[in-house]
Amino acid sequence: MSATAAVGDALVITRRNLVRYLRVPTLLMFSTIQPVMLLLLFTYVFGGAIKLPPGLEYIDFVMPGIFVQTAVFGSVQTGIGLAEDLSKGLIDRFRSLPMARSAVLAGRTTSDTVRNLFVVSLMIGVGFLLGFRFHAGLGPALGAIGLVLLFGHAFQWISALIGLAVQDVEATQAAGFVWIFPLVFASSAFVPIETMPDWMRWFAERNPVSVTVDALRALTLGGPTTTHLWQAFAWMAAILGVFVPLAIRRYRRL
Amino acid sequence: MSNRRAIVAEGLRKAFGRVQALDGVDLAVEPGIVYGLLGPNGAGKTTAVRILTTLLQPDAGRAEVAGFDVVRQADDLRASIGLAGQNAAIDEVLTGRENLMLVGRLYHLDAAEARRRADDLLRRFELTDAADRSAKTYSGGMRRRLDLAASLVGRPRILFLDEPTTGLDPRSRLALWEVIRGLVREGTTLLLTTQYLDEADNLCDRIAVIDLGRVIAEGTPDDLKAKVGGEFIELHVADRGRTAQAAAVLEGFGRDGRQVDEEAGTVVVPLGNESATVLIEAIRRLDEAGIELADVALRRPTLDDVFMALTGHHAEDEERAAREEAQSTGRGRRRRRP
Repeated sequence: MSATAAVGDALVITRRNLVRYLRVPTLLMFSTIQPVMLLLLFTYVFGGAIKLPPGLEYIDFVMPGIFVQTAVFGSVQTGIGLAEDLSKGLIDRFRSLPMARSAVLAGRTTSDTVRNLFVVSLMIGVGFLLGFRFHAGLGPALGAIGLVLLFGHAFQWISALIGLAVQDVEATQAAGFVWIFPLVFASSAFVPIETMPDWMRWFAERNPVSVTVDALRALTLGGPTTTHLWQAFAWMAAILGVFVPLAIRRYRRL
Repeated sequence: MSNRRAIVAEGLRKAFGRVQALDGVDLAVEPGIVYGLLGPNGAGKTTAVRILTTLLQPDAGRAEVAGFDVVRQADDLRASIGLAGQNAAIDEVLTGRENLMLVGRLYHLDAAEARRRADDLLRRFELTDAADRSAKTYSGGMRRRLDLAASLVGRPRILFLDEPTTGLDPRSRLALWEVIRGLVREGTTLLLTTQYLDEADNLCDRIAVIDLGRVIAEGTPDDLKAKVGGEFIELHVADRGRTAQAAAVLEGFGRDGRQVDEEAGTVVVPLGNESATVLIEAIRRLDEAGIELADVALRRPTLDDVFMALTGHHAEDEERAAREEAQSTGRGRRRRRP
């Protein structure tokens, strides 16, 4: 199977998934309502109670956290989509066709990344209405969006493996919250981690979500970015390095 | 192995946990025929199809389809086959035409050719009017037709149909049989699985009867019927207490292998070629003996009769039900039957 053919197959699957998102707008609606609600909740309910360094607005602090939370929660959809295709017998059909073994997974993660771009753009719009601004200029702003999408993409491969292993839509959904909740909330996404107890702080400082949120803050608020970006890329490389081969192996042996 | 054969399997084995789903299956299918795998739920039919279509790897044994090894030459093999599984594997959000074009693109056809083949197949399966409607509006029969059409997009030399008519109403079932006969006239080799003896008898040139992961009989439908016999007289005695008496009155009728069930009050007598006259004679004698009948029927042999004749036990029993359960969990939750 040539690389061109593999890319072509993945694009065919991507297109099919995107057409589904357009035809079933409720799917998109629910994946946007939840982050908007969380943004409002954190800004207006918890935001006032959270102590920040002087001069830093909570909306500017929390937006990078909301971006990452949106991308990570959204990655659950990848596993759900695969579990649904499995239960409908579509994956059996795809596996009986002379197409690349990577295409169903690559197409799924690509279409989910395109969907993330849409959701993140919408979040930026809502954030702007609430007072959020990119303080470091256009280049870093675009870099920030790219980083969120890449991070979401890495998590989609974890979700893909879970979906293929669990093979059931409801179970994949339930499993999603077990591994995602601690990562998102025991992190620097919504609060400064200095207030956490030592043991949780130890985890929160090394958590890929914190590392990525910190890199995003550097890109949106301004400040040194190199270390944060290296750490974020190291995490993504590690996640992709482990979960892409595992997910494809699992797909081959379904 | 001979390349002349469309499908060859030698000693295929596959276990799911402790259940031996396939326990040494040998098959040899000549090109251009319809070959039936006949057996009850859990016999191993679907497992065999999944191995032959590269969805599953065998634990032992080997198989070739269209001259390609199912493990070592899986990519070439997939380009030569079509598969329609037990569930209609269609995307319900997409339209009928989009479903077929999706499959065409995945066979690496260009957009124009994928469109042309989709239109041809839609016409042939009488789905043109529904072509631009989303597939979730399709009836069960239409879904099956679309699924079958999808399995033909790549113009396969060898087509696998796993229980193609299960769950269809009788009219859709007959319509699908017609479609299947048409395909074979065009030279496609077809392997289908079924639980229905009449379906295998109607469609297949050769049949392998599968039980507990093994082929227990193989031959033409006529070979098989010769083993099972022709039709059966099935009597329901009004007074169950007189079942044995009824059986005694019918001593010497038909062939060996009568089944007497005193609890249910039934007597089943396998017949040779004499059916109709024997039925009249049987009723006359029972009437003379003063045995009243609640029901009497002349019926054609079923899968259960085949199993009775070949193995001496019913097609579905507790041991087999347990196997089916184990295999469906072994293959994952998604293969649960409706």
